[in-house]
Amino acid sequence: MTVSQVAGAAERPGRIDAKPVRHPWRWVAVGVIVIVVAMMLHSAVTNPKWDWSYVIQVMNYRPILQGLWEGTILGTVLAMILGLIFGILLAIMRLSTNPVLRGVSAVYTWFFRSIPRYVLLTILGVGIVFLYPKLTIGLPFGDSIARLLHLSTTFTLFTFDTRSVSQGIVIGALGLGLSEAAYMAEIARAGILSVDRGQVEAAHALGMSSARTMRRIILPQAMRVIVPPTGNETIAMVKDTSLLVAVPVGMELFNQAQIVANRTYRIMPVYVAATLWYLIVCSVLMVGQSYLERRFGRGFSAPNAKAQRLLSRTGEH
Amino acid sequence: MGGTEDARPIVRAVNVAKAFHHLEVLKGIDLEVYPGEVVCLLGPSGSGKTTFLRCINMLETIDGGRIFVDGVLMGFDDSGPHLRHLSDSAKSAQRREIGMVFQRFNLFPHMTVLENIIEAPLQVRGVARDAAIARARDLLSMVGLSDKEENYPSQLSGGQQQRVAIARALAMDPKLMLFDEPTSALDPELVGEVLRVMRDLAEQGMTMIVVTHEIAFARDVADRVVFMDGGVIVEQGPARDIITHPREERTRQFLARILSDQAE
Repeated sequence: MTVSQVAGAAERPGRIDAKPVRHPWRWVAVGVIVIVVAMMLHSAVTNPKWDWSYVIQVMNYRPILQGLWEGTILGTVLAMILGLIFGILLAIMRLSTNPVLRGVSAVYTWFFRSIPRYVLLTILGVGIVFLYPKLTIGLPFGDSIARLLHLSTTFTLFTFDTRSVSQGIVIGALGLGLSEAAYMAEIARAGILSVDRGQVEAAHALGMSSARTMRRIILPQAMRVIVPPTGNETIAMVKDTSLLVAVPVGMELFNQAQIVANRTYRIMPVYVAATLWYLIVCSVLMVGQSYLERRFGRGFSAPNAKAQRLLSRTGEH
Repeated sequence: MGGTEDARPIVRAVNVAKAFHHLEVLKGIDLEVYPGEVVCLLGPSGSGKTTFLRCINMLETIDGGRIFVDGVLMGFDDSGPHLRHLSDSAKSAQRREIGMVFQRFNLFPHMTVLENIIEAPLQVRGVARDAAIARARDLLSMVGLSDKEENYPSQLSGGQQQRVAIARALAMDPKLMLFDEPTSALDPELVGEVLRVMRDLAEQGMTMIVVTHEIAFARDVADRVVFMDGGVIVEQGPARDIITHPREERTRQFLARILSDQAE
């Protein structure tokens, strides 16, 4: 005997079997998109000027690959490492109680956020070589002190010839990194401020010093907020390395592509090859970003592994 | 349990004053707490009891008076002609001897339960990892959470989180435990498990100062109750006496109000 027989079907509704709402416009949109994509594919296959086999060939050209590794990727890595370290340092300075540190951080951020990267790289490229052809690392005012005391040593530990061509990438990465630090400082500051005040109190109550609290308790939690925008910054940096030509750094993906294009007169396929490389590098970075987000989201995200897999699959976090 | 007047107090507060932007929160608090004693601070919200507790381990800096813990002046150096603020690291060293449990637990959410407990012993005390883990497991079994060491705080109930927080504080082997409304953020059915752990701790002879609204806990576990209102100590005495026969009118009103709330 079923429930409905006891109480009567009319009084106790059973399982719901209703028709879904119809979405006719969705189907119209799908139709339009299918037609547009089909046209694009058709043109890509039938128009010989796309010259796909040459595109693949150019992608594997030695100068293109060298430009990719030694300019675009190396430049991105160096600039982001510099930007991240300086940025976190600037954020900590900005949040300190020391007014001198706070002021320096604010002025730095203001200065580097106000200068276009292309202009900054041009000025650094010209300026460092013009003003400081030889950079030395040693005792501050070592030269003057040595002259004053009539000593033969200049207290120099290390000399760096800025005119040497191979140093271009160092100047370029320095410029991009200094500029990036200004943006990273704001991101890191937001991350640090996002951590609950109670965390600091708990760490202090356990006898942890402020520096240790920052390193062990605050920054790991701040990373959860810092990682997503940093991923975006890194992806933006990959594209901004094409500005390195302003330093000038010749060994960089797009500049190398232009050199190949000018030499072969097969301009479009070469640019398509460069574009494909940018797409590939950025896609790899996006995968890395989602991994990092999960890593630093530990303890915050869904409690079981299945939900985490689901979350990562939808890209939601 | 129970302090004697001839023992040296663990906590000695003398004329402690504290103001937030001209609002006087503490107006000259004198209090001594003896080894093994359990003292409950009662009082309406805004009476200054939480602020006083936070002053003891320097989460708030006092404006007047002195606080000594185990004979050591907290937060200041009085050896020279002028009183000097202690450095960050010197204050950290003083805080190591005092455990604190917060209303909102404040567990480190990016660490597992075990990592939460061993963090300070490893980082601050320099205990060997194996020894820290062994001690953490003992403490977890004491608070009844041996099966949760690999969990993250977000996977635990409020009562479980608070018990982990107690274990975390005990892992530093403190001379004194401070509890700041440890059950106020909990669902009513989870309050009992936390109070049970605190009761065990009291029976083991831990010196405890507890800010709480749990009158029954204060009556049954505390040696002494201190009633505060408006930044001063209104009255204090043996827990059962104060709660059943308050002398002051303000204490009577407060107890009547809170007991009728808790009876609901």
